[in-house]
Amino acid sequence: MRTFDYVRADSSAQAAKQGSSQGAEVFLAGGTTLLDLVKLDVMKVEQIVDINRLPLKQIEPLSDGRLRIGTLVSNTELATHPLVRERYPLLSQALLAGASTQLRNKATTGGNVMQRVRCNYFRDGISACNKREPGSGCAAIGGLSRSVHAVLGTSEQCIATHPSDMCVAMAAIGAQVTVQGPNGLRDIPFADFHLLPGDSPWREHALQPHELITHITLDAPLAGSQSAYLKLRDRASYQFALASSAVIVRLESGRIAEARLALGGVATKPWRATEAERFLMGKRPSLALFNQAGELAMRGAVTTEHNAFKVPLGQQVLVRNLRDLTLQEASA
Amino acid sequence: MTDSSKTVNTFTPTVEAIETSRRNFLKFGASGAAAVTLSGVLPGMAAQALAQPAVIDAHTPKAGERRIRLTVNGVAQELNVATNAILLDVLRDRLQLTGTKKGCDHGQCGACTLLVNGVAINSCLSIAVQHDGDAITTIEGLAQNGTLHPVQEAFWEHDAYQCGYCTSGQIMSAVAILQDPAIGRDDASVREAMSGNICRCGAYKNILAAVQSARGKMARVG
Ligand SMILES: Cc1cc2nc3c(=O)[nH]c(=O)nc-3n(C[C@H](O)[C@H](O)[C@H](O)COP(=O)(O)OP(=O)(O)OC[C@H]3O[C@@H](n4cnc5c(N)ncnc54)[C@H](O)[C@@H]3O)c2cc1C
Ligand code: SF4
Ligand code: FES
Ligand code: FES
Repeated sequence: MRTFDYVRADSSAQAAKQGSSQGAEVFLAGGTTLLDLVKLDVMKVEQIVDINRLPLKQIEPLSDGRLRIGTLVSNTELATHPLVRERYPLLSQALLAGASTQLRNKATTGGNVMQRVRCNYFRDGISACNKREPGSGCAAIGGLSRSVHAVLGTSEQCIATHPSDMCVAMAAIGAQVTVQGPNGLRDIPFADFHLLPGDSPWREHALQPHELITHITLDAPLAGSQSAYLKLRDRASYQFALASSAVIVRLESGRIAEARLALGGVATKPWRATEAERFLMGKRPSLALFNQAGELAMRGAVTTEHNAFKVPLGQQVLVRNLRDLTLQEASA
Repeated sequence: MTDSSKTVNTFTPTVEAIETSRRNFLKFGASGAAAVTLSGVLPGMAAQALAQPAVIDAHTPKAGERRIRLTVNGVAQELNVATNAILLDVLRDRLQLTGTKKGCDHGQCGACTLLVNGVAINSCLSIAVQHDGDAITTIEGLAQNGTLHPVQEAFWEHDAYQCGYCTSGQIMSAVAILQDPAIGRDDASVREAMSGNICRCGAYKNILAAVQSARGKMARVG
C-alpha cells in the first residue's frame, strides 16, 4: 500500500483547512470506503486527515421537529437510536439493510453519504473509467453492467449506481447537509448534494475542496405518515441493492394526501421519483394505481445489455412497498 | 495385539491430546506455536501493565512512523507504527497475535473481526494510528485463566467449523452480538447480524447453533 502522512484534526476548521473529501489530502472517518480504495490504489492519497476525534457524534432533536445528526455518528448508532426508530423507521431499516454489522459499526453518517461507486471497472484501477481517470472512457458501457449499474440518471460518460441505502431514505425524508469550509459554514439541500454524472462523472457531489460535512439535519417527519424501506438484492443479506425503494405516505379519508418516493440501486444518485409522487396525490390506493406510479417512476430509463431487468424490478420494488404500507388488508 | 499394531498406536494421538489442541485452536485461533508461547508471556505482562505499558519499541519513531499505545487484551503496549500500517497487520506481524485472520483484506469476509472498545469492527479497514489509546480485544483475549469463553466453549461443543479460518472472526462477532440488546434473539436476527462473517466451508448451521447455545450459557453465568 502506498505511504501517506497522517494528521489528526482537533477542530472542524482545522480539518477543513488540512483536508478534503477527495484528492491528495483526504478526511478519514470510518475508513470502510477510503482504506479499501487506498489499498486498491484507486484513491491516491498523500495525507490522511483523521477526523475521528472531532466532537461530531451527537444525535439531537431540534425544537422545530428536525433531527440533527453529527457526521461521525456510526451507521449502527443512527439505525438503533430511539428517535430514529420512532420518527424515521425507513431510515433505520435502510441502514440495517446495508453492509454488515461490523462495517456499520465503523461506517459514519458523512462517510456513507460520500461512499464511492462499486463499479468493478472503477475499482480495478486499470480499465477505462471516467470517474477514476477523467476522459479515459467508460468500460462498463458495452462491458459487464448487471448489478451495480444504473438505468436512471446515466450519461454516455458513466452509468454507475450510487450504492448507498441510507441516502435513499434521506432523499425521501429530505435533509440539509451542513458543511464547514474555509469561509465558515453553509447548508446544502440533500437533493442537490449528489450530482448526476453528466459530462463530468468525476464530480460526484456538491462539496468544494476543503469542505467538511459536520452534520446532516433531517426534515421533520411527516405527521400521520407511514414509511418503509424495501431492498431487493441477489442474496438475502450483505449485498448491494439491485433495486430499493424508500416510501413515506400519508392517507386522508382513504386517499393519498402526500407521498414521498425514492429509489436506490437503479440510479446514479439517490433518486426522488417526483412525477410518480404528484401522480398519486388525491387518489385512492390500489394495485393498478401503484403499477402506473411505478411505470412513471421508471420512465426514461436507459438500459444496457445486462441491466434491462432493473426497469420492471424498480417498478416492483415501489409497488410492493406502497402496497404493504397502504393495502395491508388486501395483501394479507 | 501384534507388535505392528502397537507401533501404529504410538503414532495415534490420544483423545486427550486432540482435545487439548482443539481447545488451543479456539483460544488462539489457528495460529500455532507463536500463540502458545504468548499464553505463557501474557499473564506476566498483564501484571506489569498495571504499573507501566509494555514497551515494544524503545526508540523514537522514524520518519513516516508514529508512536502509539494500544491496550490489547488488557495489556498496554507502546510501539512505533508506519502511518499506513493496518491494525490487522500490526497485531499479526508486530505483536504476534496471529489468531485474527486476514481473508479478503477489503471488508468483505469478516475474518479480521475484533473488538475496539467493545465494538466489533473489521480490522483490515483501520490504520493502527487511528486507534492510539484504544482497547482492543482479539480471540486471544477471550479465555480467562485458561477457561474458554462461553462462546468458544459453544463453538467447540457444536463443531462450528471445518478448516477454522473464519472461526476467530465468527467468535468475535458472536461475542459482540450476544452483548448487544439491539440485536434480536431469534435465529433469523442472529443470522442477519452474523452475515458479515463468511464461512467458506459453510459451517453456518453449527455456527448458529453454537451462538444460540452460548446465549444460554452466558445467561446462566451472569
Ligand atoms: C463489503 C462492503 C459492503 C457494503 N455494503 C453496503 C450496502 O449494502 N449498502 C450501503 O449503503 N453501503 C455499503 N457499504 C459501504 C459503506 O456503507 C461505506 O463504506 C461507509 O458508509 C463509508 O463510511 P466511512 O465512515 O467508513 O467513510 P470513509 O471511508 O472514512 O470515507 C469515505 C469518503 O468520504 C469522505 N468523508 C468522510 N467523512 C467526511 C466528512 N465528514 N466530510 C467530507 N468528506 C468525508 C472521505 O474523505 C472519503 O473520501 C459496504 C462497504 C463494504 C466494504
Ligand atoms: S460506469 Fe462510471 S465508474 Fe464504472 S467504468 Fe464507467 S465511468 Fe467508471
Ligand atoms: S480480512 Fe477484513 S473483512 Fe476480510
Ligand atoms: S470453517 Fe472454513 S471458512 Fe469457516
